[in-house]
Amino acid sequence: MARNGGSRQPDRAAVRLRGVAKRFGAVLANDGVDLDIGRGSVHGIIGENGAGKSTLASIIYGLYAPDGGAVEIDGKAAALRSPADAIARGVGMVHQHFMLVPTFTVLENIMLGMEGGFLLGQGEADIRARLESLSRQHGLEVDPDALVDDLPVGLRQRVEILKALFRGARILILDEPTGVLTPDETDRLFTILRGIRDAGGTVVLITHKLREVMAVCGTVSVMRRGRMVGHRETAETNTAELAELMVGRKVGQAARPSGSAAGTPVLRAAGLTWRSPGGALRLGEVDLELRAGEILAVAGVSGNGQSELLDLLSGLSGVQEGRIEFAGRRIDAAHPATPAEMRALGLAHVPEDRQRRGLVLPFEARENAVLGRPQNAGPGPWTSGAAMLAHTEPLIARFDIRPPEPMLPAAGFSGGNQQKIVLAREFDSAPAVLLLGQPTRGVDIGTIETIHAQVMALKERGCAILLVSTELDEILALADRIMVINGGRVAGTVPAEGATRRQLGLMMTGAAGEAGA
Amino acid sequence: MTGLPRWLDIGVLPLVNLALALLAAAVVVVLVGEDPLHVFAVLLQGAFAPGALGYTLYYATNFIFTGLAAALAFQARLFNIGAEGQAMLGGLGIAFVCLSFETVLPGPLVAVVAIAAAALFGAAWAVVPGWLQAYRGSHIVITTIMFNFLASGLMVWLLSGPIMRPGQGSPQTRLFGEGVWLPAMHDLARGLGFEAARSPLNLSFLFALLACAAVWALIWRTKFGYALRAIGHSEEAARYAGIPVRRAVVVAMALSGAFAGCMALNEILGVQHKLVLNFSAGYGFTGIAVALMGRNHPAGILAASLLFGALFQGGAELNFEFETITHELALVIQGLVILFSGALAYMFTPWLARLLLSRSAARA
Repeated sequence: MARNGGSRQPDRAAVRLRGVAKRFGAVLANDGVDLDIGRGSVHGIIGENGAGKSTLASIIYGLYAPDGGAVEIDGKAAALRSPADAIARGVGMVHQHFMLVPTFTVLENIMLGMEGGFLLGQGEADIRARLESLSRQHGLEVDPDALVDDLPVGLRQRVEILKALFRGARILILDEPTGVLTPDETDRLFTILRGIRDAGGTVVLITHKLREVMAVCGTVSVMRRGRMVGHRETAETNTAELAELMVGRKVGQAARPSGSAAGTPVLRAAGLTWRSPGGALRLGEVDLELRAGEILAVAGVSGNGQSELLDLLSGLSGVQEGRIEFAGRRIDAAHPATPAEMRALGLAHVPEDRQRRGLVLPFEARENAVLGRPQNAGPGPWTSGAAMLAHTEPLIARFDIRPPEPMLPAAGFSGGNQQKIVLAREFDSAPAVLLLGQPTRGVDIGTIETIHAQVMALKERGCAILLVSTELDEILALADRIMVINGGRVAGTVPAEGATRRQLGLMMTGAAGEAGA
Repeated sequence: MTGLPRWLDIGVLPLVNLALALLAAAVVVVLVGEDPLHVFAVLLQGAFAPGALGYTLYYATNFIFTGLAAALAFQARLFNIGAEGQAMLGGLGIAFVCLSFETVLPGPLVAVVAIAAAALFGAAWAVVPGWLQAYRGSHIVITTIMFNFLASGLMVWLLSGPIMRPGQGSPQTRLFGEGVWLPAMHDLARGLGFEAARSPLNLSFLFALLACAAVWALIWRTKFGYALRAIGHSEEAARYAGIPVRRAVVVAMALSGAFAGCMALNEILGVQHKLVLNFSAGYGFTGIAVALMGRNHPAGILAASLLFGALFQGGAELNFEFETITHELALVIQGLVILFSGALAYMFTPWLARLLLSRSAARA
């Protein structure tokens, strides 16, 4: 059903790929990829995690040499051996994780690698002048003397874009640029990208967010399992079709929960304040109440105190100020509780970082299935492979973990299936309270559906759930109430029914003064 | 840890490293002007001939204890460089018990208490760096090295003064009473009706084998071992899992030190029957190479210990057989094995992976 790609031949292709292939070990990350990106366009490349988008971008940027196929840039065959080759041909890239020196100023970061001569003086003056004209031209205002460390994420990203443009980029690749941005910052980024396009530049936007593709891209290519499965004009397609192309089957829209009757409060936190060892305020006076059979979502730009909140509630960090009341116990600075004690009280925790925290990657799936709950590992002080196996096999069946091999090390599963191992383990304990951190980060769309269904089922069984997510769509799809957090403080709590992205976005940036309680 | 399948990591890699070490040793032997094959033949014979096997196993006993000590700590990613000092303290524990109680208690009972004291003293010497690491963030490598020096100084002071055998000038205690000695294997064999050549091999070899089994069970069959391995792979995940990481670190170091201390069973209670200066003779350090070569697995450590025991014993034979090969050259060969299987243990990992795994992938 997919009109397969490669047939469209724009007159002026900025990037043209033919039969590009790249293999990593047993994985064919790119399999005969054809792609044409027209000059002066904003072109989206979408696909699930592991579809091969980032590999493709890295090939265009010269980070990987393709095993086969041809790369043409501006109509000329290009054998890119390093990013330096790509930069020389006018390709620039903004990585998902910024590559800036935080202790340098904006100007110093942009100069990096092109200081021009032994002494900085003259080069610096030239660069400052060029930087200012470039900033004005593209609406990328940044104070050149500000320390990068002091800049908010949105501005750091501008510095990255400036850096690429400064090096003469006419083709700008952005890898998942909006993951760390507020909706408002995202809008501003898109304005900048349109400006670059209007000035004759080419933008390649790599993302898994369909909404963004529809908002800013003129053309879009869809990847699935290393192959190009479709090219579309965004004007002639819709998110449903793109999602179907990405996943390879129809994707159901998660039904909004019908306003369920929230039960009794099971966990209360009052006045939680937490400072980092350096003394920086990370959480200020946070009050919250989790009720049985209800999902309270914490919305906010990542790094605004969500992680600290999860750490406090799970017992990983000691309470400094304020208190937590849970299962008849009062936890405060004088009466701390360890993660093991919190679990014993009926708490389950799906941590935000499953690879470093939620799983011991070299451990087998069955060993991971008992992590944090040693009573499932065997009798008394002993561990028993058979006991762990007996505990793991039903979890694998219930959560459809693939491959269904309890003896496979966790590192051998895909991101989505790793997450299912964590979820299966935590859901299985029939918790009274579930802390759910970024449950679908880096998880493919098909699996997201399954995970959301399991979360809803757990809620139906009366579990009180605290959901922390940077995906507003996820929050709007799952939550009953939404608590918006900004700079470690609660900006407001609103019912999910009727909440809009715009309203939440304003609260996330602290722009909304008034907020419903 | 190497990203290799288990059979490659545990089975093939050590053999490849050993082969390369022997190859390098062969080059050295050729440079000296001898025939490497002949030298290796002499070495093997020197290590495994009927009269020599006991010596090989006696050396291996030391390596098993110190190798287990290093491996146990390493399961929690703790580099215990202090087995040397912990072994010295183990010897000190034995000496204290034997010298204090051998006249008032029956011999076998004193021996049992002495064994406990060896483990206890070794453990205590390791707990301090462990505690400093867990609760104060002092790096375990630095502190355990410093504790080796402290142990060494302590031994010199004690053996040249307070516990020195009265009326003579060498740094050692008086001989313990025969009742506390661990029986030699050739005596035990004779008791069972076999005739075995005399050697320093004694009952502690069996203790070492039991220790291997105990460490295996501890690491792979108990919740404490599970916790240690979790800490070793990801301290974050261990904390998340509610494992008391600090306490586990201290306990791991205590156990590690206890095994190191037990090395003194072989040397002091089994062979010397008195505390002598420098009896640990570098076994504690070589134990790190043994653990690396044995991939931190008791079975691997047993095999690596036998190899190092054979090198020690066979290396000594080379002295007698060849004029051009002095004791130092035997040390060079041992050093090459330590270098290739210890320090360079992972050097050939990528090549090996490419060579063997691409083949098996092509077959699949």
